This record gives sequence, C-alpha cells and structure tokens, in this order.
Amino acid sequence: MVDSLAQFVDMGGYAAYVWSSYSITLIVIAGNIVWPMVRYRQIRRRIQNGDYDD
Amino acid sequence: MPRWMHKLASPPYFYRTSGKLAPWLAWPGVVLMLCGLYAGLVLAPPDYQQGDAFRIIYIHVPSAWLSLMGYSALATTGFIALVWRLKLAEIAVIAIAPVGASFTFLALVTGSIWGKPMWGAWWVWDARLTSELILLFLYLSVIALHNAIESPRTAARASSLLALVGVINVPIIHYSVVWWKTLHQGSTVFRMDGPSIETAMLVPLLIAALGFTLLFGWLVLWRLRVLLLWRERRSRWVQRVLAHG
Repeated sequence: MVDSLAQFVDMGGYAAYVWSSYSITLIVIAGNIVWPMVRYRQIRRRIQNGDYDD
Repeated sequence: MPRWMHKLASPPYFYRTSGKLAPWLAWPGVVLMLCGLYAGLVLAPPDYQQGDAFRIIYIHVPSAWLSLMGYSALATTGFIALVWRLKLAEIAVIAIAPVGASFTFLALVTGSIWGKPMWGAWWVWDARLTSELILLFLYLSVIALHNAIESPRTAARASSLLALVGVINVPIIHYSVVWWKTLHQGSTVFRMDGPSIETAMLVPLLIAALGFTLLFGWLVLWRLRVLLLWRERRSRWVQRVLAHG
C-alpha cells in the first residue's frame, strides 16, 4: 500500500518508465475507440449525400 | 454450416445483435481494467527485485496475451472466410488486424520500456522479442495486403490466407522462452506447477487481463460494425439504420 501521493507518483524512482508505459497504452486504446466513431460519422454523412465511392 | 451461424452471419441481423451485445463488453471491460490497474498500481506490493518497475506487467502481459489471442482469432476468421466465404468473416479479418496490431505494438513498447531499467537495454534480439516483432509485421502485412487489392472479396481472401499461414508463429512465441535461452523471463502464470507469481500480484493481473480481453472484443466489434456498414452501403438495411440515428 502506498503511503503518500508523492511516493505513488514516484514509483520507487521508476516513474518515467511506469507512467510512460501507462500513457502510451491509454493513447493507443483511445485511438482504437476514436477511429470507428470518426469513421461512422463520415460514413453516415457520405451515404446521406449519396456518395458511395471507395 | 449450422443454421444459427448462417442467421448470425446475415449482415442486418449481426449489426442489430452486436449493437445490443457491445455495451456488455465495453462497460465490464473498462471497469475490470480500471480495477485491475488500480489494484496493480496501488494495492500490490512492490517486487523484491524490480521494485515498482514490475507494475508495467499489468499492461504488458495482458497486451502480450491479447496479441496472441487476437492473432488466433484472426487466423480462425481467416479460415472461415476461406472455407465458407462468409462476408462477415471476411470483414472480421480486417476488423481484428488493426486492433491486434495495436496490442502487439503495446506489448513490444511496454516491454522495451520495462527492459531498459531491468536489463539495461531497450531491445535484445532474443527469441521471444524477435518472434513478437514478427507477429507485429504479420499483422501489418495482413492490413497492407488488404489495402493493396481493390476488389474487397479478393483482398479478404488474400489477407485471410496470409493470416492463416502466419499462425505458425503463435506457438513459436508461446514456447520461445522454453525452446531457446532467452533474456525474457519464462512464463510465471501458465505453468505446470501453478503460477510462480505471488497472489497479491497475480489477482490484479488476472482482473486487468479479463478487462483488457473484453475491451479488445468490444474494439473489434465496434470496428467490424462500422466496416460492415460501409461494405453494405448500397443495401436498404443500412439506409434504414442510418436514418434512425
């Protein structure tokens, strides 16, 4: 169990390694969520405009 | 092919059913992942050798497991696409590949970041790391091949075949730490004599892994539905779905 927030953030001196790993993971997962959302909106707009080209 | 499979593979039916299933993957996935990561970052004790750096395990190991599970799913749908020529399976191949590649990338990058303070090197060409890198290239080749061919059905068949051939790499990655002398440590969870990792560290890992798996399923489903919508853009059911928001 961690005693303080500062100690938690410091990760026993490994802060740069631990937090960069977690940040990259978050970014990659977020990207995988955002892509279908953006694509869905784009598809809806194009189909409503009758634009079926690839 | 069984009747239920035929029914499920019909695009409008699948789109509707998967839309109902999706939140049941997303929410439990996110909650379990956050619980597992919280327990791993806060509750689990530091490792006696690696200190707090070992906490990278909670994203590295689930990502690595999913890179393999994802590829197995890719090869399975590829097989179904080749044998039964199911349109849905053909699209699933190209829905799984980018998500699988993402998690393979994460396994490699977080492993590299973990390796630097522990091994003193970002990268070594040992059997585990090399075979995992090949896995990333396989995923990327499946995507590239698919993008390079104009006809969607030919593209799907070509990339399915490539996915199927590449599956040979999956057992190689899994057993690489047994067959070769690797700097990468051996398996600590799936062992004949039970996990060698302490329970207080193992439980958060299993929770996080379950969360990651559900999330992976959701990400694939999400992508698959959007790809399906575009592929079927000239059908009436798509018009109907889009008109209703």
